[in-house]
Amino acid sequence: MPERFTAVIAANRFGLGARPGELQSIGAGAREWLRAQLSGRAPELADAQLRSSAATLARALQLRRELQDLKRETASGADPAASAKAVAALQKVAQVYRPVYLAEVTARLRQAVSTEQPFLERLTYFWSNHFAVSVDKNLVLGLAGSLEREAIRPNVLGQFVDMLLTVEQHPAMLLYLDNHVSSGPHSAFARSAARRNGRRPGINENLAREILELHTLGVGGGYTQADVTTFAEVLTGWSISGGASARIFRPDPGKFMFRPGLHEPGTKLVLGKHYPDRGLEQGVGVLRDLAASPATAHFIATKLARHFIADEPPAGAVARIAAEFLRTQGNLLAVYRVLIDSPEAWTRPLSKFKSPNDYVVSTFRGLQLPVAAGHAALAPFELLGQRTYSPGSPAGWPDRSDDWDGASALLKRVEWADAVGQRVAGRCDATILAPQLLGEVLTSMTRTAIGHAASAAQALTLLLASPEFMRR
Amino acid sequence: MNRWKRREFLTGTAAACGALLTSGLTFAQLPKERAARMVCVIMRGALDGLAAVAPVGDPDYAPLRRELALRPAGSPQGGLPLDRLFVLHPALGFLHDCFTARELLVFHAVASPYRERSHFDGQDVLESGAIHPHALQTGWLNRALACLQEPGTAPRELGLALGQNVPLVMRGAAPVTSWSPSRLAMLDEETLQRISDLYAADPVLAARLADAVAMGDVAAMGDVGAMGDVAAAGDGMSHSTLAAPHPKADRYDAIVRAAAGFLRREAGPNVAVFDTSGWDTHANEGDAQGQLAARLGALDSGLRTLKEALGPVWSDTAVLLATEFGRTAAINGTRGTDHGTGTAAFLLGGAVRGGRVLADWPGLANGSLYQGRDLAPTTDLRCVLKGVLTEHLRVSSAALERSVFPDSRAAKPLRDLIRT
Repeated sequence: MPERFTAVIAANRFGLGARPGELQSIGAGAREWLRAQLSGRAPELADAQLRSSAATLARALQLRRELQDLKRETASGADPAASAKAVAALQKVAQVYRPVYLAEVTARLRQAVSTEQPFLERLTYFWSNHFAVSVDKNLVLGLAGSLEREAIRPNVLGQFVDMLLTVEQHPAMLLYLDNHVSSGPHSAFARSAARRNGRRPGINENLAREILELHTLGVGGGYTQADVTTFAEVLTGWSISGGASARIFRPDPGKFMFRPGLHEPGTKLVLGKHYPDRGLEQGVGVLRDLAASPATAHFIATKLARHFIADEPPAGAVARIAAEFLRTQGNLLAVYRVLIDSPEAWTRPLSKFKSPNDYVVSTFRGLQLPVAAGHAALAPFELLGQRTYSPGSPAGWPDRSDDWDGASALLKRVEWADAVGQRVAGRCDATILAPQLLGEVLTSMTRTAIGHAASAAQALTLLLASPEFMRR
Repeated sequence: MNRWKRREFLTGTAAACGALLTSGLTFAQLPKERAARMVCVIMRGALDGLAAVAPVGDPDYAPLRRELALRPAGSPQGGLPLDRLFVLHPALGFLHDCFTARELLVFHAVASPYRERSHFDGQDVLESGAIHPHALQTGWLNRALACLQEPGTAPRELGLALGQNVPLVMRGAAPVTSWSPSRLAMLDEETLQRISDLYAADPVLAARLADAVAMGDVAAMGDVGAMGDVAAAGDGMSHSTLAAPHPKADRYDAIVRAAAGFLRREAGPNVAVFDTSGWDTHANEGDAQGQLAARLGALDSGLRTLKEALGPVWSDTAVLLATEFGRTAAINGTRGTDHGTGTAAFLLGGAVRGGRVLADWPGLANGSLYQGRDLAPTTDLRCVLKGVLTEHLRVSSAALERSVFPDSRAAKPLRDLIRT
């Protein structure tokens, strides 16, 4: 009996919502359809507008340098107009970042609407949220999309450790969690600062703590405050080339750079193991061991099972996924295969309430809505409460029904569905679309309501507002 | 086709929507404790209590805070005077006015029972009221509201979350709802009725939709609808970070005006909760000016607006500001502070017996710091919360111990927080 739901589950819970015809092409081969998406290389986001994080950041760093110069002039009083110029320069950074952000959001939505590998896209979203940065920190606005393109997508079918290393060296993450300026209390930089002006630069724990808590071991993963502090010392020097001051402005700014002058010297003890000081390699060594830890395997398995199976992940599935993660040293392809083969994933359709992102994307896919560039691509996510790349904290967006099914949130969805219905009523027929998008989970109640709707627009609204379409 | 009116829609689904508008009870008829209003502000990200309420009289404070140390009251850019030990951050001008008017209580060296340093587990403990993270799936405020329901009457929605979704502190069995400003056109009544019919077999969605419509109705009819350009304000909130380096001073205006509008209504909710964020000041925290000052200033301005918008209801109101934990006593190497333990909390409003700083001050000497780095907690935050719930919302001690804060017997409610 449960087998009749497999196509719908594959398209909705593993995918991003069915496009017309998708359920039919999945047919009885739901697991094969998913496995086939994992072969070959993950596609890149193709869009002429997109630029590398280094290019964006180099421009922003240059503007910040100009800003510093203007601030100095303001302070010296040499140029009476310097203060106004400084404000203008500050706005320029936003003028660099905002179009970059909107281009990323547009390209991401276009990919989601058109992709034939929606499972791969959902996995990308999953990891992007696991390694979350949030654009409500200004510096990240122009870089969040590039983190996903440069660190997540190339590794989504690879080894977990490679994704981890790439993410933790990406400028977006280093800036978001403040590590670019973290310096060892006994580093060359700190010693010279003390001589020069009595200042005492030192470590910032933010990145080290969140790597342990959110990216690898998980909060119960057995680390102590001392581990956090020492790991932060290990990571001192993980920084970015270029900078606001001309003195350290290098010709190739905006890229990951290990700065030996910031690094805390010495062998360090993290989680009971000594790591000799080999500069950058010290941090790489800790990250490799974290990626191989059973706690990490369990933490990742729990999150995957929660995302793809149910809010309360079944223990059996978590254990099997974790075991495969450990056995293959974090081979993600192997891990996804175990996930696909988990019987728990296929028994209960509609066990997850769609996040606003899922709801918007599945609507775009189901109705084949065109994606306009610019703010229009962002607006629905903003309206429904999940502005792209802005989870507000390094923990990322939450992943349980309770987090998304508030009264006001539901009403916004329904109101948006109504606006969409009115806009596309001329070219979409809900009576035809309903079975194509919902397949075996379409209830007779919803079918009847759509059939009896007062208008084509209202029929679409009812389809999008139906309980079956609200869940995945 | 019969054109439904909003109100008919509501009564037609009264079982699901509670009795927000259909209840015969009004505040005029309610006993005094039911007139009590409470606003709970969750400060996510771990507020630096030593910057918000600086112990400038402690000799160890300035050396720990170095270039970020606030100056005593009376000096240039100095703090606002509280007592011989403490000053308020200079950005908290409204809070200081409240203090002078004896409408602000400051608590210091407080912490929840949580002793690790994860934001997310810390917020879970702060909101659930449990001792350990993830031990309870409901929030202490919701469980307190459940105790206030009149037995034998239709459950009344006493709680409101300002935001699209309900935060953990307000989740649970007691009916609550959420509200946020909309930029979308309202659905026509007939479509709404059909969607409601479609949810007949789905109790969760049915209840949520009825709630939302009821709140929208209240907003449209009352003060909330007249609160100015909500849409533009909401929009401003979402865009404020794109261009501006600091949060706009009016970032909370729309939300506090909405809260006041709902709280002023007869038979409206008694308790409102909203989130604030941006308190995780790891780098370039600033001193009298800077990042934290801008955030504090925006919140201070929002609270001033709340008082204005509440009008006469302010005198029945207590506003609680609480955060998951504090930050390190010393500044870190990037002119910020890392995750710590003890911090400050605030209770303000016309109902508050204010003008005092309540702190069993542990000192900041090296040997006094928790684990050698954080302000040591000497007051359990639950003592504050239990005191407010007992004296203000009149939650019985039995209910407090049994359901609102299980395993909290050692944390005795603080007394004399609320005017009698």
